[in-house]
Amino acid sequence: MREAGAASSRPLSLTARLVVGLSALLLIGGLILSLAAFAYGRAAARDAFDRLLVGAANDIAASISIVDGVPVVDLPLSAFELLGLAQEDRIAYQVLGPQDTVLTGYDLLPLPPEGQGDVAFYDASFTGDPARYIRVTRRFAERQFSGAVQVIVGQTTHARTELALDITRNALAGLVVGGVAIMTFAVFVVRQALRPLNQLAASLALRDPRDLTPIDAAVPPEVDAMVQAINGFMGRLNGQFRTMKNLISDTAHQLRTPVAALRAQADLAAGEEDAGAQKAIVTRLHSGTVRLSRLLDQMLSRALVIHRGGAARREPIDLRDIALDVFDDADPRHVAPEAEVHLEIGEAPVMVLADGLSLTEAAKNLLGNALAHGTAPITIGADQSLLGARLWVRDVGAGPSPALLAQLGERFATGAAGRVRGSGLGLSIAQAVAEAFDGELQAESGPEGFCIAIVLPPEPEP
Amino acid sequence: MIQRLLIGLSLLGGVFAASVHAQEAVAHFGAQGATRSITLRTTTDIAVLAPTMRDFLANRPDLSLRYEQWGSNDLYALTELDCKTGRPGADIVISSGVHQMVKLVNDGCAVSWVSPETQALPDRLRWRDQVWGISREPAVIVYNRNLVPPEDVPDSRFDLLDLLRPEGSRYGGRVATYDIAASGLGFLFAFMDSQEASTFGALMEAFARSGAVATCCSAEIIGGVATGDYLIAYNVLGSYAMQAARSDQRLGIVAPADYTLVLSRAAILPGTEANHDAGDLLDFILSESGQRSMAKVHLASAPSAPLPGADREEDDSRWRLIELGPTLLVAMDQMKTAGFLARWRAAIGE
Repeated sequence: MREAGAASSRPLSLTARLVVGLSALLLIGGLILSLAAFAYGRAAARDAFDRLLVGAANDIAASISIVDGVPVVDLPLSAFELLGLAQEDRIAYQVLGPQDTVLTGYDLLPLPPEGQGDVAFYDASFTGDPARYIRVTRRFAERQFSGAVQVIVGQTTHARTELALDITRNALAGLVVGGVAIMTFAVFVVRQALRPLNQLAASLALRDPRDLTPIDAAVPPEVDAMVQAINGFMGRLNGQFRTMKNLISDTAHQLRTPVAALRAQADLAAGEEDAGAQKAIVTRLHSGTVRLSRLLDQMLSRALVIHRGGAARREPIDLRDIALDVFDDADPRHVAPEAEVHLEIGEAPVMVLADGLSLTEAAKNLLGNALAHGTAPITIGADQSLLGARLWVRDVGAGPSPALLAQLGERFATGAAGRVRGSGLGLSIAQAVAEAFDGELQAESGPEGFCIAIVLPPEPEP
Repeated sequence: MIQRLLIGLSLLGGVFAASVHAQEAVAHFGAQGATRSITLRTTTDIAVLAPTMRDFLANRPDLSLRYEQWGSNDLYALTELDCKTGRPGADIVISSGVHQMVKLVNDGCAVSWVSPETQALPDRLRWRDQVWGISREPAVIVYNRNLVPPEDVPDSRFDLLDLLRPEGSRYGGRVATYDIAASGLGFLFAFMDSQEASTFGALMEAFARSGAVATCCSAEIIGGVATGDYLIAYNVLGSYAMQAARSDQRLGIVAPADYTLVLSRAAILPGTEANHDAGDLLDFILSESGQRSMAKVHLASAPSAPLPGADREEDDSRWRLIELGPTLLVAMDQMKTAGFLARWRAAIGE
């Protein structure tokens, strides 16, 4: 059952599709053709054999003479030789004198429908078999006899049907031969056309599993689209792969120093006998683990942001909501709980197309940085500038040094030598989010203080 | 049975009543205890076909055969009546009146039978797989050897004309032929003669002038020649003549050199459904052993086989096989027949 389901859900091969399609076409075509051929054959057979009837009837009509005022038929052999050309058919004939008296021939034969001319063809039956008849009227205007003599000649339709079927059979035989040729050719062409795909498959199979470089193969334009798609996919895969690699190496790098420091503190605490000194060491241990946990938060959020930037769905977001959320969120505050934070948002919505979670993470990091390194009071806000929609954080300090600003967002940049505060990481998260949504991270120092902003292309309000 | 038949006929309007007589003879073949039986109606004398019938039944112990011998016109009328009334009559009909058999086929009174034996027949002896020519019998001139001097023996129709031409010829009133009004076969031969050559007109004229005798039946004519009542008989069926000549030294036979008509007796299976035993009989007659048996009674000499007085080397065109086909319908046309008979009667007044 499951196997059958699997088999039926498996798509047909192109060759099979082609064969099925062509077969259907040939079948329908064959049906139409055979109907047409039969119709044509019947018409042709009727024309041909009607001529025999005309010839025979005229022969008989010509053999009528008036003897002593009475029409006399001297039935000619030639008429029957002519009709005998339709070898298997039976012959009906009748000669009618005035008042439809039977002069000679069969007693009862069907007459043509009323209102026909001197030569009338009609279909009727002859002792149980379908037959084709002709009636020819010959008019006499002689001294002894004046009037019409009708000659009726009929023939069963065996030869006609045979000929019509013969024509149909020949037409169908041609179609079958042609169809087989077309089918064979089509299968051959499909095989030829699919060869680049097979080559592609072969080269993919031969590839090193870690080789995610684009495929460079000369393929027909139809296949090129697929190759491009594969290359795009491999590019994304490669990016993800690199991100993971970076994340792992960052994590290792960033965690090594604080963990080593904690371990040293712990060693120290274990060896310390003085209770006062031990308590001081425990306090340092505590603040060290807090920093470590914050670092971990940041690293996770960065991984989340980088992951979502490539994959998350973009939605219309009001940056004011993000600013409000971050302002309300207590998390960043415990870096410097006593610091003063303001919210500055306007009346008009500041719409962008982005992922709300990523933006929130980025804004939290920016606020966290300002709380950690800047000078209170700190303001968070969102507005629409000439450059685009801005989500910004400002403090009244001088900001980082121009050199530090220059390395803004680099992965391993940290505030000062060896100080593991994660400020570099926070910026790098903000930068990554800004770039993921086609924007940038801008920083400026002015009289009002230092302001850092995620600037995104504005989304017109729906 | 015949009484009933006659009553039926008169009820039907009696067109044929006048011409339908009792069959000439009846014979039964086959074992008493046979479970199946077929009826053969034929113009052929019982004695002629009896050996063939016995050969046929030899391997069929459960089959018997009723053999009815009829005159050709009666046989035609009866078979046509059977066909029109849908009454089962004979299972197989074999007649020398082949035009009548063709007419019956054309009227849809016969059924088809296809077998290797029938397929082996030439087209000219087979029509619609419903009528088959089972024999080959030439129409010959029979003369009395004792009374006709060798120099007078007519080798062709022209010789016969020359013989009858002189005023007061000793052959006047001593030449016989079939009465074509009474014999379907005689009519057919005369009709084919009229289609074949212009000699026929002259021949009729000569017959008329010399007072030729028209009489019935092959046996009667041949007997008349043997006894010397007639010196010469024209258009006699060769099979009967050769059979008679075998035992009677007085009879001489000539196949006319100008042309010789060859008749192939026609067989049909009447009715609407073929009787298998009747089909078997047909196949047997057409088979090699059947033809051998027929050849013994001179029914199956091939058209080109040597006949007494005929040269083997002669052109085949001399033998005119009467083909089985729709053209024979012309010989059945009422008006044609009436006209032909009128001419005949005018020539050979009875």
